[in-house]
Amino acid sequence: MAHGPAKGISRWLFTTNHKDIGTLYLWFSFAMFFLGGFFAMVIRAELFAPGMQLVDPNFFNQMTTMHGLVMVFGAIMPAFVGLANWMIPLQIGAPDMALPRMNNLSFWILPCAFIILASTLFMEGGAPNFGWTFYAPLSTTYAPASVNYFIFAIHIMGVSSIMGSINIIATVLNMRAPGMTLMKMPMFAWTWLITGFLLVAVMPVLAGAVTMMLMDINFGTSFFDAAGGGDPVLFQHVFWFFGHPEVYIIILPAFGVISAIIPTFSRKPLFGYSSMVYATAAIAFLSFIVWAHHMFTVGMPIAGELYFMYATMLIAVPTGVKVFNWVTTMFRGSISLETPMLFAIAFVILFTIGGFTGVMLSLAPADIQYHDTYFVVAHFHYVMVAGAVFSGTGAVYYWLPKWCGRMYNEALGKVQFWLAFIGFNIAFFPQHFLGLAGMPRRYADYSLQFADWNMVSSVGAFMYGAAQVLFLYNVLSTVIAGRKVTEPKTWEGAEGLEWTVPTPAPYHTFTTPPEVK
Amino acid sequence: MATAVRKTLVKLSVGAVVMFSFAMFVMPPLYTLFCEVTGIGGKTGGRYEAAVAGIDESRTVRVQFVTTNNAEMPWEFAPSVHEVRVHPGEPTPVTFWAHNTTGIDMVGQAIPNVAPFNAAPYFHKTECFCFNNQPLAAGEKADLPLVFIVDPDLPRAVKTITLSYTMFDITGRQGGEPVATTN
Repeated sequence: MAHGPAKGISRWLFTTNHKDIGTLYLWFSFAMFFLGGFFAMVIRAELFAPGMQLVDPNFFNQMTTMHGLVMVFGAIMPAFVGLANWMIPLQIGAPDMALPRMNNLSFWILPCAFIILASTLFMEGGAPNFGWTFYAPLSTTYAPASVNYFIFAIHIMGVSSIMGSINIIATVLNMRAPGMTLMKMPMFAWTWLITGFLLVAVMPVLAGAVTMMLMDINFGTSFFDAAGGGDPVLFQHVFWFFGHPEVYIIILPAFGVISAIIPTFSRKPLFGYSSMVYATAAIAFLSFIVWAHHMFTVGMPIAGELYFMYATMLIAVPTGVKVFNWVTTMFRGSISLETPMLFAIAFVILFTIGGFTGVMLSLAPADIQYHDTYFVVAHFHYVMVAGAVFSGTGAVYYWLPKWCGRMYNEALGKVQFWLAFIGFNIAFFPQHFLGLAGMPRRYADYSLQFADWNMVSSVGAFMYGAAQVLFLYNVLSTVIAGRKVTEPKTWEGAEGLEWTVPTPAPYHTFTTPPEVK
Repeated sequence: MATAVRKTLVKLSVGAVVMFSFAMFVMPPLYTLFCEVTGIGGKTGGRYEAAVAGIDESRTVRVQFVTTNNAEMPWEFAPSVHEVRVHPGEPTPVTFWAHNTTGIDMVGQAIPNVAPFNAAPYFHKTECFCFNNQPLAAGEKADLPLVFIVDPDLPRAVKTITLSYTMFDITGRQGGEPVATTN
């Protein structure tokens, strides 16, 4: 029965093994993380000092657009799909994903999408330059010709995500080991189950939005064109109906990772497991009914502003439940600070800061002041980077020994953590001040009064970038020449089925389902 | 287990297709309907047919007219008067004028918008050039008529209504058919 992987490149091209596909997703997302990071470095280098230094404003806008698109759709989302592929079958005692061949397809169309998207950089007229939110009519009437490639790339990414999430839902619902009831599942499987439903619900809406753009641009319809009876504001409604659940799609799996790491290194079971499940479901539900808080400045009636404001503030309640549960899990725990735990604790602190600025932005009257300033940029980098990326980094360190049977360099991991933590805060905390002082987003230049904090921010960004190079080095050196480990439990406090299989995890696991009590 | 997986796959795929159709075919008409009912977005209704409910002499509302040309539209387009004072309930005729300054025959389409938006449901047009498109031959000038009634139910807080028209170039689009039905 047990046979090993195929030899050579065909192993990766034709694989239906969840571990291989997870590895592919993770390496792909790592590559995209560096591509998007490179764009970020161009942005921060240009903003290092006032005036035009390195790039022209149009190229700067292409950089901000591509940075956002590549990071959201290319780095963060595939990273968590990769983690899901690797870990969910191991965590629920399944031999593989429910739909292995679809799994292969959903991965391999993803590089195609990003090759198409990245190729626009070399086209006449340049890459998309209308921001990752691609508001019409900027992305229709005034878009560069490459917008059609962008639309096609989004379609492919959407199909990939939908297939990936259907696969994960089908696995979690149908492939659990006997005795593994839903309320016994690890939080990571739970958060991904809910994320999967969010993805199936809203990725088609994104596909609809770009399809309407495509028709407006090429086939003479007027969905977003007032000249033909359409309305550009409709675009914002459709986009944010997708876009707000999207931010939870990014952060919920991160919550799942943190809910795995913190109990391990606190040597206590997760506090309030069932409240964690309900809070996750509540956040997912609320994400569908708050989208217009991104649009307080379009001219909404006061009743609409109040509704979206209060509904948005409500999200702080289930999110608070999660934060308090993590803190309570750590309370009186026997805590040790290995690298994954450092990232997890930093996640809790920094994500909470990002959550607080989110509550500030939810206040409609305040948001009219903060809208489209660097305050918003600071807010969503606190939740996207210190949230999703920190948690993803922690997850890699946490499960890397299980994946490859080798231990990473703990000292290097800690150096990377502190460089990333300090660099991140130097980069993004000053952006709160810049935003409150009125510096708008998405410009290649700024007034002189913003110069000092921008320079500080750029220095922090370069530090954060350097930390990622250390990360790559640490992962590579671990995979190639790390100290071999064989005990099934890498961490003494770890619980769960994934720690019952040998280390490194063999190519096939749980061919006979484990017994869960 | 395989049939259970297939069931999940079919259900979720249908769900995805339904959500795509929802975004493409339900959200835009629903949004238009919502805007018409509430006046959000400053959209005004179509031709007003209802009987006049009597004139409210007790108050006067300022109605201002603003015109804009969209994008590259080369026409001259302006209101004949920039402001009128009306009593709610009285039908008021005003004219706009347009001049095709180019040497080619063109078709324009004016799209109205009312501010503040909560006045939009109370701003009725019994006759408006914006109900149809405006074909103008090269160099042609035209007076564009509008008859409007401010509804007596207009919220008392509204003292000034601004009606803005944006003139779009729709030459060659959809064979010059009237494109906007809800303006």
